[in-house]
Amino acid sequence: MISKEEVQHIAKLARINIKKEDDFSGELSKILDYIKKLKEVNIEGIEPTSHPFGIENVQREDIPKKKDSDLKKLAPDRERDYIKVKKILDQ
Amino acid sequence: MTEGLTIKKANEGLKSKNFSAVELAQSFLDKIGEKDKKIFAFLNLNKGVISKAKEVDKLIAKGKEIPLLSGIPFAVKDNILVKGLKCTAGSKILKDYVAPYTATTVERLEKEGSLILGKTNLDEFAMGSSNEYSAFGATHNPLDLERVPGGSSGGSAAAVSASMSLFALGSDTGGSIRQPAGFCGVVGLKPTYGSVSRYGLIAMASSLDQIGPITKTVEDAEIVFRAMSGKDEMDSTSVDLPKVRDKKSSFKIGIPKEFFVKGMDKEVEEGIKDAILRLEKQGVKFEEVSLPHCTDYALAAYYIIMPSEASSNLARYDGIKYGFSDKGAKSLKEVYFNSREKGFGKEVIRRIMLGTFALSSGYYEAYYLRAQKVRTLIRKDFESAFSKVDAILTPTFPNLPFRIGEKTKDPLSMYLSDIFLVAVNLAGLCAIALPLGNKKLLTPSMQIIGKPFAEDTIFKIGKLFEKTCQKE
Repeated sequence: MISKEEVQHIAKLARINIKKEDDFSGELSKILDYIKKLKEVNIEGIEPTSHPFGIENVQREDIPKKKDSDLKKLAPDRERDYIKVKKILDQ
Repeated sequence: MTEGLTIKKANEGLKSKNFSAVELAQSFLDKIGEKDKKIFAFLNLNKGVISKAKEVDKLIAKGKEIPLLSGIPFAVKDNILVKGLKCTAGSKILKDYVAPYTATTVERLEKEGSLILGKTNLDEFAMGSSNEYSAFGATHNPLDLERVPGGSSGGSAAAVSASMSLFALGSDTGGSIRQPAGFCGVVGLKPTYGSVSRYGLIAMASSLDQIGPITKTVEDAEIVFRAMSGKDEMDSTSVDLPKVRDKKSSFKIGIPKEFFVKGMDKEVEEGIKDAILRLEKQGVKFEEVSLPHCTDYALAAYYIIMPSEASSNLARYDGIKYGFSDKGAKSLKEVYFNSREKGFGKEVIRRIMLGTFALSSGYYEAYYLRAQKVRTLIRKDFESAFSKVDAILTPTFPNLPFRIGEKTKDPLSMYLSDIFLVAVNLAGLCAIALPLGNKKLLTPSMQIIGKPFAEDTIFKIGKLFEKTCQKE
């Protein structure tokens, strides 16, 4: 079971506002209840899998290339050649 | 003319000048004009398609040999980037985002001369099994407009099913190609993890995501897969396919007993039994196998691993670099919090919350680490089954397509529609979904699962099955 306070805490970690009336606690609890099934599985001595075939450290030559600078144009707030953000020092 | 076409037939038509590439593309655009108001498979059409078709016609006029995929119109799921076209991921947060580069898969198909018709609808950020979670409205199943087309590649599956596109690209993180292909009565391939580049695919869960084709026939799926697979230096997890192809022509297929669950529709069970009989007549041998961790436990592990990876991938939508930004925000923090609240839909927020919870301090071992260990057991289940059989056959889904609105109130019941599919992603295997009945009506579908990089085997078995259907 997940409480409304926990929901607000997780939302804060995830950087999303969640209105009090948008109650995710019921839904999330139901899903977590289902996930609890995993406790039945004996995992002693089992290594975790993060990549299905265990590929590690694939490298390639680091060759600098000039790409279009269109990327910066996608930013919602810009000034000259910079991406603009709200001031952060007074917070 | 778009109905009975396959890639080879269209290629022959172009080469023998029965029709031009412009006429071919126009006939698909006409079909979209006629049908898509009711289906809503497409979010945006590609205005440049006719001028590209003209280029193909010029090559044909000059008597040049054209590749098989030249002039073949296709649709692209709207979470795959095509430079200059909008790419929304079905989300308000990317409503006006124009892709600055093209995905490797699309680039490879365009190099062959394939023509992009447009971008198809999907559940927001590919999170959903019905297309109802698209921020722009639900796609309808062409076989029954009151029902969902499946998801999240529902727009792509519906476009192929309604002959509005010759083939389409989808993406599959936990069934998102196979389930909608099954719901819409068409073929869907989820390639082995790493066989197709993910560069230019909007990431959901990076250790599970794969791009794959949705087509009318197994042969078409194979053609598209061959054209776009192989190592891409822009995706470090991509690899070249083994050069030695499977030369086998007789197969042994495993039937996992755990996949025949209570509550399965009678049509599904009968469809699978009939498919087994048909394949037996083609000389295929069957054997019962056991995959004890691959249904309920796989789904539970999936609903930890997928949201965990997704919550981390979706942290990039911050209202600063690109996408929607809340103009009313007064501080940097408010830009983050407000843009994400207003930009994301409910299902996306639900999964971000689940993932953030599973990864948060104090819960990591009980949830994420445990799920990753169960993932190892799922891989081992398959390894031991594959030591005895060449492929595994299961239903694609336990129940026929549901009605629009039927499951949106209960997220867990929506998740359960992918119960036979997620284990394949967790183990990184390849699998193809094939329709079992009359393709003009809602029909069950079977999934053929292959060993890693054994796409050849599942194509061969799929074609054997198709042959038995053509005889009727």
